[in-house]
Amino acid sequence: MKKYSVFAIAREAMRGHKGWEEQWSSPEPKKEYDVIIVGAGGHGLATAYYLATVHGITNVAVLEKGWLGGGNTGRNTTIIRSNYLYDESAGIYDHALKLWDGLSQELNYNVMYSARGVMMLAHNVHDVQVLKRHVHANRLNGIDNEWLSPEQAKEFCPPLNTSKDARYPVVGAALQRRGGTARHDAVAWGYARGASARGVHIIQNCEVTGVKRAANGAVMGVDTTRGFIGAKKVGVVAAGHSSVIMNMAGVRMPLESYPLQALVSEPVKPVVPCVVMSNTVHAYISQSDKGELVIGAGTDQYVSYSQTGGLHILQHTLDAICEMFPIFTRMKMLRSWGGIVDVTPDRSPILAKTPVPGLYVNCGWGTGGFKATPGSGHVFAHTIAKDDPHPINAPFTIERFRTGRLIDEAAAAAVAH
Amino acid sequence: MLLIRCPYCQEERPELEFRNAGEAHIARSANMAGETDDDFEKFFFIRSNPKGIIYERWRHMHGCARFFNAVRDTVTDKFVMTYKAGEPKPSKLPGVAK
Repeated sequence: MKKYSVFAIAREAMRGHKGWEEQWSSPEPKKEYDVIIVGAGGHGLATAYYLATVHGITNVAVLEKGWLGGGNTGRNTTIIRSNYLYDESAGIYDHALKLWDGLSQELNYNVMYSARGVMMLAHNVHDVQVLKRHVHANRLNGIDNEWLSPEQAKEFCPPLNTSKDARYPVVGAALQRRGGTARHDAVAWGYARGASARGVHIIQNCEVTGVKRAANGAVMGVDTTRGFIGAKKVGVVAAGHSSVIMNMAGVRMPLESYPLQALVSEPVKPVVPCVVMSNTVHAYISQSDKGELVIGAGTDQYVSYSQTGGLHILQHTLDAICEMFPIFTRMKMLRSWGGIVDVTPDRSPILAKTPVPGLYVNCGWGTGGFKATPGSGHVFAHTIAKDDPHPINAPFTIERFRTGRLIDEAAAAAVAH
Repeated sequence: MLLIRCPYCQEERPELEFRNAGEAHIARSANMAGETDDDFEKFFFIRSNPKGIIYERWRHMHGCARFFNAVRDTVTDKFVMTYKAGEPKPSKLPGVAK
């Protein structure tokens, strides 16, 4: 792997940019690997990267039915934060946030992580109570979060409407300054490049159609559209399709898959300096470095794999945006899209061993998995390499739905579901 | 937006009038306290989440307010049929192979 640097740019400028190499190779699949990762999104590629760099396991294939980073990795709204209520969530999301800081240097790839601050608005007394509880819980866990008055919120984000006459006036806000955004495509590409350089095979257009198990129940490998590929360890990181793959191995999951939509406006000059979220009017907004306003909200209400959703969801979202930012009432929207998110009953992810020996699963990130990408890959690689969870992901088992030891962010995640 | 046929009102109405109420034909135990942890987990948390034909409940919230069942393809989001609550799971689906 040739290092990217200012000298590399200068060198290539001198010779007509003929020396740039492919960022990752596209080899033919081998008959057998030590580990197969199903799904070449951010979480799957990060898992492969940390298997190679931290655990020295490089005989790894990442299988992708479409193209790399073409699922939810390329469809999310790129928001990064770690201000979750419970200790277990704080542990895993802040582990990720610490890895975001320095990820560009680690990967030698600019993921454009921008700690521009995530501000969550309170519009009524209940919001104030909930968000202040989050501020205190976060600070006890060593996570930065601070309470702002409406005036301070306005100062932090000038286009915000803090008028007392608003239908849902802003009465305060919680601000996590280390929160922000990153470029989602670059995250997938950077991890793919790093993993490929260390010998990981990234195999696109290769859909898993079955999971083969031996007589003793252990995993033997996977059937794919490009033939059988053997492996003693298989990690499923298939987002909205995780339950489909797990069913192939005979494991029924506590998951339901819903469409989650997002949209962007035409590009404009810098106007929103941070991420703003509101549960009560229910929408969130940030501005990409290209200038587009990036907007999202809640899922559609029904199980679907169609990667589309109802227009009324977007209308509701834009109603909320116009309520918070009347300045945008005449902004034109450029495009909208949907992704399929796998949601658990307690809205916390599952990163764990499964009842099937050699089968591991990293799923259930629901509507907010992008922010966790580096941390999720890091601890999932540990889980696969050691056949034992990392202390950080140890609570995120499948069995918690039998024991009742839930991590109930459904009521506490600081976003409405 | 989906158009949904309420089997009670006998009308196709916009999705806005309805609330999805999750997977259908999950029987609640008559003796919940006697359920094992395994059975409770299956009843309460485990879902089939199919890619293809789903049997699901809807409620005509802003209409007759009654619950009913629907068969829908989760890949195309097209409804195959709807039927009243309490009716058995249809064994043959119109226009669906297998």
